[in-house]
Amino acid sequence: MRKAKTISEKIFSDHLGRDVEAGELVIIDVDFMMGQDGTSPLAIKTFEEVGASSVFDSKKIAMVIDHNAPSPSEKVSALHKLMRNFKDQNKIYFYDIGDGICHQLMPEQGHALPGQIVIGADSHTCTYGAINCFSTGVGSTDLAIAMASGKLWFKVPETVKIVLNGDLPFGVYSKDVILFIIKELTANGATYKAVEFEGEVIDNLSVQARFTISNMAVEMGAKVGLMKADDKVLEWLKNRTSDEFKTYESDYGAQYEKIYNFDLSDLEPQVSKPHTVDNVSSIKDVEGIPIQQGLLGTCTNGRLEDLKIAAKILKGKKVNSDVRLIVAPASRSTLLEAIDEGVIQTLIKAGATIVAPGCGPCVGTHNGVPADGENVISTANRNFKGRMGNNKAFIYLASPATVAASCIEGKITDPRKYL
Amino acid sequence: MQLIGYAHKFGDNVNTDYIISGKYKFATIDMNELVVHLMEDLRPNFYYEIKKGDFIVAGENFGCGSSREQAPLVIKQAGIGAVLAKSFARIFFRNAINIGLPAIEVSTDSIEEGDSLKVDLEKGIVENITKNQVLKIHPLSPEMLEILKLGGLVNFYKKYGSLEFKKFN
Repeated sequence: MRKAKTISEKIFSDHLGRDVEAGELVIIDVDFMMGQDGTSPLAIKTFEEVGASSVFDSKKIAMVIDHNAPSPSEKVSALHKLMRNFKDQNKIYFYDIGDGICHQLMPEQGHALPGQIVIGADSHTCTYGAINCFSTGVGSTDLAIAMASGKLWFKVPETVKIVLNGDLPFGVYSKDVILFIIKELTANGATYKAVEFEGEVIDNLSVQARFTISNMAVEMGAKVGLMKADDKVLEWLKNRTSDEFKTYESDYGAQYEKIYNFDLSDLEPQVSKPHTVDNVSSIKDVEGIPIQQGLLGTCTNGRLEDLKIAAKILKGKKVNSDVRLIVAPASRSTLLEAIDEGVIQTLIKAGATIVAPGCGPCVGTHNGVPADGENVISTANRNFKGRMGNNKAFIYLASPATVAASCIEGKITDPRKYL
Repeated sequence: MQLIGYAHKFGDNVNTDYIISGKYKFATIDMNELVVHLMEDLRPNFYYEIKKGDFIVAGENFGCGSSREQAPLVIKQAGIGAVLAKSFARIFFRNAINIGLPAIEVSTDSIEEGDSLKVDLEKGIVENITKNQVLKIHPLSPEMLEILKLGGLVNFYKKYGSLEFKKFN
């Protein structure tokens, strides 16, 4: 009898045309690959060292300028130029400044599909697991070799299953869910492992909200944060691709390294405190901490739903005079939709500053570097010391609702009283 | 592969932003420019303490955070012969192997700052000469050892003309 398999084992087995199990070291034909402007220049340099004359398939590669977009310095501009030259020579997909964050664009533009193996030279590539895609972060050498050969080495990962039961309470969002999980599992609780998320909490979330959870799987060390492709996913993919794809669910009896069960019926809004992501508290333990800056955006929480939640809270109100609220929509189409729906107008009227779609302040390159001693409340996924460009600032991570409410009061605030 | 050097001890969860801060690494791909900033938020002037062949010795989850290869490249550029840690974040681990920097999983609790170490990758041991102890390494696969011996994945790819794992035992 065929051995019961996890989603990862099934996807790898189908790609290889033979049965593989967790732990095996394999070479895989990659379905799609991506680099951003923090990693592509090095990949291009390495690609040249390899001596390849051209990329293996220009239709399976995308590069995105999102980490420093638009360029803040002449040095960065030189690297962007290097990327644009590479695009001209190799005719790959290319997303320039203002198009958005790579992890929004990859699924949004139909480059990442269920059942595929997708790599990205960015750690948050694990995001597309939310649409049943085995997607994982790699480095620049990996991207270079994959651009030349179409192939990459992988260890078929063991899997940790996380089952989320119950109904999420009012005012509690997918960001609160993943912060809670990271607190429980810790920063290396799933290192080298694939994670499968399932249960009624996931079933009830929108696809946009599910991306937030898969996005942060890497913050507990995971290789990918997989979910099944239910009707919501299939609906979401309509009009994004005409390519055929296959969806995967784990077999009954598949081998998991560990299975966690959480009932989230009583979950409160969660906040991750400086300087590690797994340093998480319930909102009541951090309420009242003064903040000087808010950030709404990033590949974690820069989607339309996120902006709408914040706009709902900020409608007719003002950002506190001691706070700067910076908003970076996840993509050009997100920004356009938010304009159409009046969300951007609401945010600007409330006192928010809109910056170009991209990673912006999250990675500390430009667009909102905090001062020494300042506290920032952010919808991003990392709060490491120095992350936003100043190692003497303090970053708190929370949901868009908590960020919006905190920006009104100038201190960390439970959003439920504004909903 | 045999490596000899002194230990520089770090803690758990040393992330890639500590290894090389984002504010430097986005603007250049020249490691000579970046190398002086290695670990500067954790240990200012660390670069100037390193003698060629020394080891970074750390706890759990070394290299967590970003996928940027600048992190292992800067470590290698600084003259560090290998990183020894109880565990590695997975992207850092594969980046290190891919650029030819040994990332060695071993119980590091007994190693202290300044200990003299000898690493033998084939035998799978770390000898702590100062403490007269032998530690067993979590073994690397033959494929990974071959990549390391050749100095990284680029050389591996060039030598074999493709990305294929034959048996290297």
